[in-house]
Amino acid sequence: MSTEAAGFEELRDLYQEVILDHGRRPRNHLRLDPCDASARGDNPMCGDRVELFLRFAPDGRIARAAFLGRGCAVSQASASLLTETVPGLTPAEAKALAARLREMARTGARDESTEALARLSALSGVHEFPSRVKCATLAWHALEAALDGVKEASSE
Amino acid sequence: MDAAPARLDVARVRQDFPILATTVHGRPLVFLDSGASAQKPRAVIEAMTRCMETAYANVHRGAYRLSELATEAYEAARAAAQRFLGAEHAEEIVFTRNSTEAFNLVAHSFGRALLKPGQAVLVSEMEHHANLVPWQMLRDAGRGIGLRVVRVTDQGELDLDDLARHLSRGDVGLVSVTHMSNVLGTVTPASAIARMAHAAGARVMFDGSQAAVHRAVDVRAIGADFYAFTGHKLYGPTGIGVLYARRELLEAMPPFLGGGDMIETVTLERSTWAAPPARFEAGTPAIVEAVGLHAAIDYVNALGMEAIEAHERDLVEHACATLAQVKGLALLGAPQDRGGVFSFALEGVHPHDLATFLDRRGICVRAGRHCAEPLHARFGLEGGTARASFGLYTTRGEIDALAAALDAARGFFA
Ligand SMILES: Cc1ncc(COP(=O)(O)O)c(C=O)c1O
Repeated sequence: MSTEAAGFEELRDLYQEVILDHGRRPRNHLRLDPCDASARGDNPMCGDRVELFLRFAPDGRIARAAFLGRGCAVSQASASLLTETVPGLTPAEAKALAARLREMARTGARDESTEALARLSALSGVHEFPSRVKCATLAWHALEAALDGVKEASSE
Repeated sequence: MDAAPARLDVARVRQDFPILATTVHGRPLVFLDSGASAQKPRAVIEAMTRCMETAYANVHRGAYRLSELATEAYEAARAAAQRFLGAEHAEEIVFTRNSTEAFNLVAHSFGRALLKPGQAVLVSEMEHHANLVPWQMLRDAGRGIGLRVVRVTDQGELDLDDLARHLSRGDVGLVSVTHMSNVLGTVTPASAIARMAHAAGARVMFDGSQAAVHRAVDVRAIGADFYAFTGHKLYGPTGIGVLYARRELLEAMPPFLGGGDMIETVTLERSTWAAPPARFEAGTPAIVEAVGLHAAIDYVNALGMEAIEAHERDLVEHACATLAQVKGLALLGAPQDRGGVFSFALEGVHPHDLATFLDRRGICVRAGRHCAEPLHARFGLEGGTARASFGLYTTRGEIDALAAALDAARGFFA
């Protein structure tokens, strides 16, 4: 394959249909009011922003996640996928997922060992684009911050 | 000069820049981010190499031939910068690390020592953070020095009526504004601004980081008290910038940084300051970079700033016409006098995604807020814009390639 064709292949890897779809029509795009935990993630370099809201079930598991934000397709799709993926998880499981996601975005190593990870594997294409990795991880930093009770996170 | 300015032979000029022959993702490089930092001609690269290979030592220190050679080269760079800006004296040229340092120097030294409590600094809404944050720091230093902001019109021009209103309050000690916006491309009417400032008893500083690259600058014709530019945008190396300041101002200003080379006498108790410009150049300076900047100035002079300006006017005209055809594209600002900088939003495509997409076609543009957050807020574009900025090596064909890629991006994302 020519480097030129490889360049486009990578572009398709990054902007898979799932990403474009969630970027155009983000799910759970609303403020949860009241909510049990929330945090804002800012990427000061490009102005991407994700404000994440969580509600917990009586057993401590995440019952509902939603977000508001602005930014590129990658950051918004990642946040949207997050809100679909974390309900049902305990805070510890959600944090472990966030760590795996960040690893995947950095290295591109797909991990489909759980259904949640398989769903998120669309975000692995970002590893070919070092300047965009933080777009993919922004919402997950906000998730960790919300679970830790911190109000602001940054993906810098 | 009596002959009409020579036309720029762009095809030949491009051969002077080794990087322009490279490819990105298998595509020829289309470098449209010269406003962030320009590419380097072979003349600059070779001058720096030659300096290190044949004439390098510390300056102003060694009583030996090599140090004398290096000192001569460093001072020759100062003289080149002096002529480039039309300054009267070489002592009015202070080498800094970049424009940012020049603003910090003036804010710290002139701002603290020569501005008086109750006075204000006036900047504009379209400043790069380099010409905003140092003044915020001065304002917050508890010396009673204010900071006010002149509005930018919807066209993206400096609102001269608003400038006049601010000046009429009689408390402005310094007007510090850009000579060309790195976001809107707006070239500001520098001599009119200087006249207005002086009539109100204020000093005036210009941010020439962009302007000095695209237009011939004459600080005396403008009437500038301070003028700053940065080497790496002028096809020179990083790590060197220029602050021009009128001699009597520099003489009255205390040092910015302390250390070697900026003193006259030193005892363990106190020191006395060297005369300008040495007073403001503490420590070993950017010697090789000064040589590189000199080569860059010689390079643009040999092409002719008038020829460069004429070429860029042609590019601006072509870009205005071509980009107007791109569906869903909104340009930021429509200034009358514009240099080769275009910031824009493309409907349905975030600037970051756009920059990534264009990169895969070999096209380099900047995405974000270009160190001008307040200006983006002013135009309601907190999410930023994409920016294409031209250099003397930019071609009409590259602008066409950009326009075609923008159409393709809309197809891909929207
Ligand atoms: C208008 C303007 N002012 C100031 C700067 C700062 O230049 P530097 O980063 O070299 O100090 C830039 C470029 O980044 C600029 O475009």
